[in-house]
Amino acid sequence: MRQELPMILAFIVGILMIVSFFFTSETLGEAARTVENWGVIVAAFALGLASINLIQIHAKKITRGKGLDWLYSGALLFSMIGMAVLGIAKGPTHPTYQFWFDALFVPGQATVYAMTGFFIASAAYRAFRIRNLDSAILLVSAAILMLANVPVGEKIWSQFPAMGEWLMNVPNLAGQRGMLIGAGIGGIASGIRVLLGIERTYLGGSGS
Amino acid sequence: MTLVKGRVFTFWLLIIVVGCILYSMRRVSKGKEVSIRKIPGLDAIEEAIGRATEMGRPVHYCPGIGGISAVEAPQTFSGLAILNYVARLTARFDVPLIVTIRQPEVFPMAEETVRQAYLEEGRSDAYDPSNIRFLSSQQFAYAAAVFGIMSREKPAANLMFGAFWAEALMLAEVGAEVGAMQITGTAQLSQVPFFVASSDYTLIGEELFAAAAYLSGDSNQIGSIVGQDMAKLIVVFLIVVGVVTRSFGSTFFEELLSK
Repeated sequence: MRQELPMILAFIVGILMIVSFFFTSETLGEAARTVENWGVIVAAFALGLASINLIQIHAKKITRGKGLDWLYSGALLFSMIGMAVLGIAKGPTHPTYQFWFDALFVPGQATVYAMTGFFIASAAYRAFRIRNLDSAILLVSAAILMLANVPVGEKIWSQFPAMGEWLMNVPNLAGQRGMLIGAGIGGIASGIRVLLGIERTYLGGSGS
Repeated sequence: MTLVKGRVFTFWLLIIVVGCILYSMRRVSKGKEVSIRKIPGLDAIEEAIGRATEMGRPVHYCPGIGGISAVEAPQTFSGLAILNYVARLTARFDVPLIVTIRQPEVFPMAEETVRQAYLEEGRSDAYDPSNIRFLSSQQFAYAAAVFGIMSREKPAANLMFGAFWAEALMLAEVGAEVGAMQITGTAQLSQVPFFVASSDYTLIGEELFAAAAYLSGDSNQIGSIVGQDMAKLIVVFLIVVGVVTRSFGSTFFEELLSK
């Protein structure tokens, strides 16, 4: 019963969502919206569970006091609990809550995102080293695309922008659409396996 | 109750695709012999975990950063199915497995998947719940936390299967910096090039969805992969029909699609 009940629920809810997507029915639409709302509530409980895991792991690190780990874990727990208390007491729109969010969290996120540029450079260096025909084609295509997208490229040769456009719209788009169709059908097959309970590793266990 | 306008063709196409998949599953489960092509990325997982065992370093696994209720849900389920296989191997080889999670609702599923895998391998004593870690529901906070874990714990294998966005390249590059053997897979088209550039093996698009069936060896599941190929043939046929009819100036097919 431990696996059967969740499987039956997944099947009923999955079929309901599919039918409500394709058919016009106020009753079905209402039922689907209700289930979606339940999903939000379950996700909120899951966040509570995940937060407990986070607190347990970092509390353990603080008590162990190994290296600088305890300091990082302390900072995490302090900011997490502090913001939670502030948010519950004053609300997430309160200026103090907003100040700490905007002053610490937003720049932190932006900083990590900004690092993408450097990661692209190092990945590109490795990918573009000519080791075989594939990487040689990759290097030439990338060089043309780069030249097509910078003003100096057009000054060097007026056809670079047109070549870049062709690369993006013909070989690149053809490959992408092929992958998209394959992934779409693969997603449907994966959904069927989950709905029919054939694939159930997500419930724990071997799954078949 | 009528079909929503604009979704009629999609509905019938879905019925045909589902029919192909169910038919193939039935045929294969009845004993029809089929062979599916090798997926090198999945075959390399054992090698990566073996390498981690020899080096005495952990394995890092991420089932993507997508949830279980949106369009990327099948990728998350595939990520969890591969996690089951990986956890069995790490239990067998006695190598620590660190699973990092971004979505809170995926956390209990990942925890249960790993726990059950260790239990079924008879290694429940080796299961460490503190290695299944929820880090943050915020994308870049999660990414920053994974950077830290990778830098401190230096995994010998970095396995990432599921839905990824802008953090994909960052995580894979940090994995490369710490010398981890990297096997990745995603159906997010914009992230596939980044994974290809920075990983040893990459599962592209549909390979990720086929992974669970491929690893299980279950005839029903393998049948669904055969069904996928049948459905692809139908789509190819529709594309050819579309190209031909449009080339002759007919809008019949476009009208049919928009019904």
